[in-house]
Order: sequence, then C-alpha cells, then structure tokens
Amino acid sequence: MDAKSRVRIATTSLAGCFGCHTSFLDIDERLFDLVRQVDFDRSPLTDIKQVGDCDIGLIEGGVCNAENVHVLREFREHCRILVALGACAINGGLPAQRNHLSLASVLQEVYLTAPGPAGGLIPNDPELPLPLDKVHPLHEVVHVDYFIPGCPPSADAIWQVLTDLVAGREPVLAQRLIHFD
Amino acid sequence: MRTNLETAIGADKLRRVAIDPISRVEGHGKITLLLDDRNQVHQVRLHIVEFRGFEKFIQGRPYWEVPVMVQRLCGICPVSHHLAASKALDMIVGAHRLTPTAEKLRRLMHYGQILQSHALHFYYLCTPDLLFGFDCEASRRNIVEIAAQYPETAKKGVLIRRFGQEVIRHTAGKRIHGTGSVPGGVNKSLTIAERDALLADIYQIVQWSREAVALVKALHARQPALYNSFGAVRAKTMSLVGVGGEMDLYHGWLRGRDENGAILFDGVDYADYGTLIEEQVKPWTYMKFPYLKSFGPETGWYRVGPLSRVQNCDAIATPLAEIERREFVDYAGGTPSQAPLDYHWARMIEMLCAAETIKDLLHDDDVLGSELTVSGTRAEEGVGVIEAPRGTLIHHYRVDENDLVSTCNLIVSTTHNNQAMNESVREVARRYLHGREITEPLLNHLEVAVRAFDPCLSCATHALGKMPLIVELVDADGNTVSSLRRD
Ligand code: SF4
Repeated sequence: MDAKSRVRIATTSLAGCFGCHTSFLDIDERLFDLVRQVDFDRSPLTDIKQVGDCDIGLIEGGVCNAENVHVLREFREHCRILVALGACAINGGLPAQRNHLSLASVLQEVYLTAPGPAGGLIPNDPELPLPLDKVHPLHEVVHVDYFIPGCPPSADAIWQVLTDLVAGREPVLAQRLIHFD
Repeated sequence: MRTNLETAIGADKLRRVAIDPISRVEGHGKITLLLDDRNQVHQVRLHIVEFRGFEKFIQGRPYWEVPVMVQRLCGICPVSHHLAASKALDMIVGAHRLTPTAEKLRRLMHYGQILQSHALHFYYLCTPDLLFGFDCEASRRNIVEIAAQYPETAKKGVLIRRFGQEVIRHTAGKRIHGTGSVPGGVNKSLTIAERDALLADIYQIVQWSREAVALVKALHARQPALYNSFGAVRAKTMSLVGVGGEMDLYHGWLRGRDENGAILFDGVDYADYGTLIEEQVKPWTYMKFPYLKSFGPETGWYRVGPLSRVQNCDAIATPLAEIERREFVDYAGGTPSQAPLDYHWARMIEMLCAAETIKDLLHDDDVLGSELTVSGTRAEEGVGVIEAPRGTLIHHYRVDENDLVSTCNLIVSTTHNNQAMNESVREVARRYLHGREITEPLLNHLEVAVRAFDPCLSCATHALGKMPLIVELVDADGNTVSSLRRD
C-alpha cells in the first residue's frame, strides 16, 4: 500500500476515563497488524497535537467543557467517518451523573466543603476551559456515523469495527461482541 | 535566575507558549509558559483542565455500587480504584481480616495491574523518548516507530502488558472495569484451568521483566549525566510500606522521608492520613496540591510512586527484584535519587517485583479456595489506601444508616505529585529553555519530565474536570506568538 492509500486514524478522549483507549490497546499484538495498514494521526499514542485529515476518527468520552466541544468539532471536520466509542461518548456515562446537580454545587462540594482541602477557592483561571452545565453525548453536538457500545467496548468489538471500516465494509457486530457483564 | 517560576510578575507583558495537550501520557493536561522578549522564562505551569465532581455525585448511592462506579474515573488503573474503594468498604462492613483466598486474589489482581500499567507506560509511551532521544522529530516519537526499529522490544512490551491484563481478567471478570472485588472480599476465585493458563506464561514474563530492568540500566549507563540531573528537584517522599518495612503495594502503613532520606514519620495508620496531609487549591488548575501539615504548603510537598517506593522500603520480598533494588540504592550512593528519569528504572524494578509476586501467588493453592467474603460489625466510616501504579491512592467514605454514601474524599496518586511535577517541569525550563528560541524538541523536554512521573491525568480530573497538557508562548503584548502544537 502506498502512503496515499493507507488509512489514517485519529483518536481522542474527551470526558472519558481512557478505559476505551485502554480497551483499544487490548487488541494486543494485533496492533502490529493494524499499523501495517494504517497511520495514526492525533492520538494519545502520538505527538500529533492537532487532528489532520483522516479517514476514521474514534472518540471516547462525552462533552463536559468548552474545549471538548472545540476538539469534537475539529474531529468532525477532519474525519470522514466519526465513531463514538463507548458509553460516555454515546450517552455521557459516569461523568453525566453530575447532570442532575447544579455545576456550582458540585464545584463547591469538591473545593469548599469536602473534608481535607484548605484554601477556600474554586479554580477559575482563564487557562481552564469553561465547564458546561451538563455533560452531553457526542451526537448532541455533531453528526456521528457509528456507535460502539460498552464500558468499555471489548477489544474484539473495536477490532471488528476497525477492520471492517479499513476494508471498506459496513461494520457488523455479532451479538457476542455487544453482550457482556 | 532562580525564582520559583510559579507566578510571573507582570504577566500581561509576557508571551505565552502552550503544550496542549501533553501527549503520550494518560489523560489530559497542558503546560503553559510565559516568556519575555529575550525568551527568559518567567512562569511555567502544569494544568489539569477537566473537572468531574465524583465526590459529589457519589453521595446518596448505595455503598456496594462504589467499587464498580469509581473505576470509571480511570480506565488505566481501574483495579487500583476498585481495590482502594473495596478496602474502605471492608471497614464499613466490619471485615477487618479477609479470608486468605480473598486477600490473595486481590493481591493477584493488583500486581497484575502494576504489571500491565508499568509495561504500558514504559513501552508504549516512553521508549520513543528514551530510545530515539528527546530531540527526535515528533513524527517518529511513537510506539509504531518503536515497533519498526526495535520489533523485539515492542513485542515484549505488548506481551507483558497482555499478561497483566489476563491476570486481571481472570481475577476481576474482565480486563477493564471488572467486578471481582466486593466489600468484605471477592466474588470469585481462580479455577484450576485459569491458574494453569497463567502459570504457563509467567516464567517468560519474569524473564522479560528482568530484561526490561537491564534495558533501563543500559540507557542510564549511556548518558549518566543526563539521567542523574534531568528535572531533578529535592523533595520529600511518602508511600505505604508493609508492616515489616518491606515493599508492599497492596497494604501497609505510611512512611515518609525528608529530602536526605531521613525518616519523617513511620508506622502511621493510613486511616489517620488526615492528621498528616492537607490540600491546597490554586486557581489555575483543578488538581489540588497536597502537603504535609507539619511543614505547610511551601515546603511540605512530596513525591509518591515508584521512585519513592523503591527508596522508601527496607527490602523487596522477591529475590530478583531485591537484587535490583540494592543496585539502585547503591548507585544513588547513600542519599535518595531525586531524578525524575530514575522513575523509569524504579518502575521496571517494580514490574519485576510484580511478575515475581504473581508467580508466587499462582503457586499458592489459596487462590483456588472457596471462602470468599467475611463481615462483622457495621461501621460508618472507612478509609482504603493502596499503592497504585503511580503512587499512594486514598479513598475515604462515610455511609449512613440507609447504606447510602454520605461523604467521599479521594486523593489520587497523581495529585500527590502535583507540586513535584510542576517543580520538575520548571527545572527543565530553567535549564533547557531559558533564553533560547523555543523549538518543538525543546518543548518535548518538558513533556519528558512530566512523562517520567507517569501521571494519570485521567484520575486527576475526578474533582471536576479533565487535564490537558499544553505549552504556549505569549509575547510582551499578550499575543500568542506560538502555541506550539506538533503537527
Ligand atoms: S465508556 Fe467506560 S471505559 Fe469508556 S471512557 Fe466511559 S467510563 Fe471509561
């Protein structure tokens, strides 16, 4: 395969725990097969900091702050196929458990009333992206082409979807790949 | 110039450079720099920029959900959270002494986690810097290039990690976010077939772990001056040690040492962590700054993790790792090593210790046992502490009479290292960037310092956010001159 026909993949984690990325690494030595066919663009595994034009973008985690929105839009703009990877990307997951509370009350609990901390201030520097009121799933912000369920999706499920997409097939997940726990 | 570089005077006149996000770390963080028009560095900060608020939304949940939920803070070391929460809840259900089967299965799970996390960190994330050099072009600094240039090394890294994940799968039920540990014990033991499957591979894993230590030593020997000094700052240390002073990553009491290695405290029951540690909040990061109360925030900060643990314990119980520990301590020569790059060496010694410990546990028939849980007198409050791959992890809960969590406090490993990481990044900035034109490879030096600590920026965001690592350069008029992103 020449450089042009190689498939280019980008991955990122928004409001996620990195468990979906860890599960992706659980493809173990299949990683070596994968990199024979694909190049990695922006990803926690590379030092590419800004996403370029890609065939496939995998996103873990929902959207919890202004920066997540920005990165998600950049991914949508640059990735031909965008995949929501795991429960957080699909419906907010654990971080969205704050959605029934006011953001202010959560910040207060953590920085002002939780046992321990001395200081009495809530971080507010302009370097910190503004947290959103609620944690949102990806598809509320951009169009998403595929959703891989699970917390995290198994390595086999991620492998199946990736190999299907790389080969230009419509991905199909057998029941055993989406049924667990 | 030797200011503390934390906060610049006249920041509005300086230019900002950002490394955003820090890559090849777990989680999200950024570094920002403020420089004047002669490229003198005035401010360097490592920021965690995401916030989650776990302590708040866990309130009102039944306590038995906690060990499963809390793992979703961190998919890299979920087992650490799973077990620290379980240990805290053991106290709630009055399980002061677990059955031998439960205790050993939890240990097996935990050392499986140490093995996989240390392999991930070293091989997947750090070998590109260490084998190719910090100045290597950005496009080559990744595991793909390692696989191309050093296929045997890459393969071993992948297979060591796979083995650790398999230990976790057999003990916790699945590789990530399993359910094996419950308040008062565990919910499954190993079958003979599972035990034998792991035994078939463990000797190879021990051997490869020895080779990993040898690799780090060879790298160190190639550039001793660099390894001994890069980002080095004098710091206190803290970790759990076993009750006999030996290394124990699952259970023990707290020991701390000063910058010269003298004992500051020892034998402290970890349930009393609140008498030792306090946390400070700074406006520019969501990650708090813990410090030893008796010293105060200015000088009371300390380091945790492999570099602390290997130097804090009196011995390692497994023979091969003990030989390596002695060599490490002898090399440092009487005073503790303060060099961040020595984290890698210490980490590989721990990986070897984990492999040997797993081997011993697999030979112990208690892991096949059927006595899984115990309980006793119900309590209202529980603290669980464990040495996670990156350092001391503290979970603290109160549970009300309806079995619902009423308060929760977490101090995760990376948070303990917050000040130490910031200081090391500042030291590297002083030494390598000050007065020079900022280039991408120079910025990578800052990331190399952060990576040495193996921060889990994912855990560190439990409070209310997430931590991207960025470095930006701002000019005297406050315009971003270059926000260095490597493309
Ligand atoms: S879906 Fe689960 S594993 Fe994936 S990021 Fe969310 S919590 Fe982590």
